Amino acid sequence: MATFGDYVKPKSIEEAYEIVGAKKPARVMGGGMYMRMGTRRIGLLVDLCDAGLDYINETDDSVEIGAMTTFRSMETSEVLNRCFDELIKASVRDVIGIQFRNLVTIGGTVYAKHGFSDLLPSLVALDAKVVFVNSGEISLIDYLREDGYRKQDIIEKIIIPKKEVKASYQAMRLSKGDYAILVVSVVKSSEGVKIAVGARPQSAILATGAMELLGTDDLTEENVIEASKKAAEELTFGTNTRGSKEYRKEICKVLVKRALKEVGSC
Amino acid sequence: MLVTLNVNGRKHSVDIKPHSYLLDVLRDDLGLMGVKKGCETGNCGVCTILVDDAPILSCGYLAARAEGHKITTIEGVEEKARAIGSFIVDEGADQCGYCTPGLVMATMGLEMENPTPTEDEIRHYLTNNLCRCTGYAGHMRGLKKYFKVVD
Repeated sequence: MATFGDYVKPKSIEEAYEIVGAKKPARVMGGGMYMRMGTRRIGLLVDLCDAGLDYINETDDSVEIGAMTTFRSMETSEVLNRCFDELIKASVRDVIGIQFRNLVTIGGTVYAKHGFSDLLPSLVALDAKVVFVNSGEISLIDYLREDGYRKQDIIEKIIIPKKEVKASYQAMRLSKGDYAILVVSVVKSSEGVKIAVGARPQSAILATGAMELLGTDDLTEENVIEASKKAAEELTFGTNTRGSKEYRKEICKVLVKRALKEVGSC
Repeated sequence: MLVTLNVNGRKHSVDIKPHSYLLDVLRDDLGLMGVKKGCETGNCGVCTILVDDAPILSCGYLAARAEGHKITTIEGVEEKARAIGSFIVDEGADQCGYCTPGLVMATMGLEMENPTPTEDEIRHYLTNNLCRCTGYAGHMRGLKKYFKVVD
């Protein structure tokens, strides 16, 4: 179990940022469930629970989700379900259970770039952006590509641009509630198709070759099969206790094909 | 560090470590043994309590974070717990009983969110509550009767 020398609950993200900058051994906590399983010694824990970051706000062109918004709030959000074809709900509804989802937060998940995340592929496919209090806005896919973590900065919110979408979330897991062997999220809009693959077991990534192959064409049986093969070929996979890289590659074809068929209704 | 916790309608001043989890404080400092200790990784649900009427896992919730919130354990809802529990007992779904308090608290959370759930909604809501004795069939029979779910 992780232990802390001290604990503070700042009243704003600005206050939290000042504390993190001033006290070197400080670490920021989101939901805290993953940290629970660690064994680190943390000098000062900065808990964002009172920093006013638990919100889902709809603007004219986007939806903003505060970093401390829980998976359960997102799962039951009328705004998110209406704007994004229930993709977020589908992505989080099998994450352990409701008590767990009442604790884990979007900010903690995004910051940690968890490879096993069910949510990150969907956020990537929806072109989400991450807003840090100091370093500002960055696309989620670029943040995931960065090495390491921005330890001296704090995620304020996630922004998802609004557009008319059809979306599909697909996952393969050994049993309900377990980490996924592979996750695929596909979003279709007037701009084309976004295919994001996660739990490879590395973090979420876009299958850009397959996306280019489809362009803005209508989805047909033929191009869906071709794109699913392309996605499996272009991405890298790894082996862990849940599945081998060869198995993940095969599963990728199947899940991408299912997701494309669902959004294309073909 | 000294915190004041509002548990079952009573305020308690407790001296805790910054990394103390609510599960341990409720059991070890306040003697509320109805909050069970299980996996301590967020999977089994036996430590379920309500914080501001929402079910959470007390093994993953820092006691320091709980200050200022309404905490409810099974000891604080005795009448309701007996009402729900009787449906579970009547269906023989309480073999060792260790999972029952967590299951009852999660059921209360469900009832507050959705007083008339379907069978699928009950199943979905209670996926965080593991039982190693009964195989869940008895739980489902009991809770369907409690919620008056019509097949």
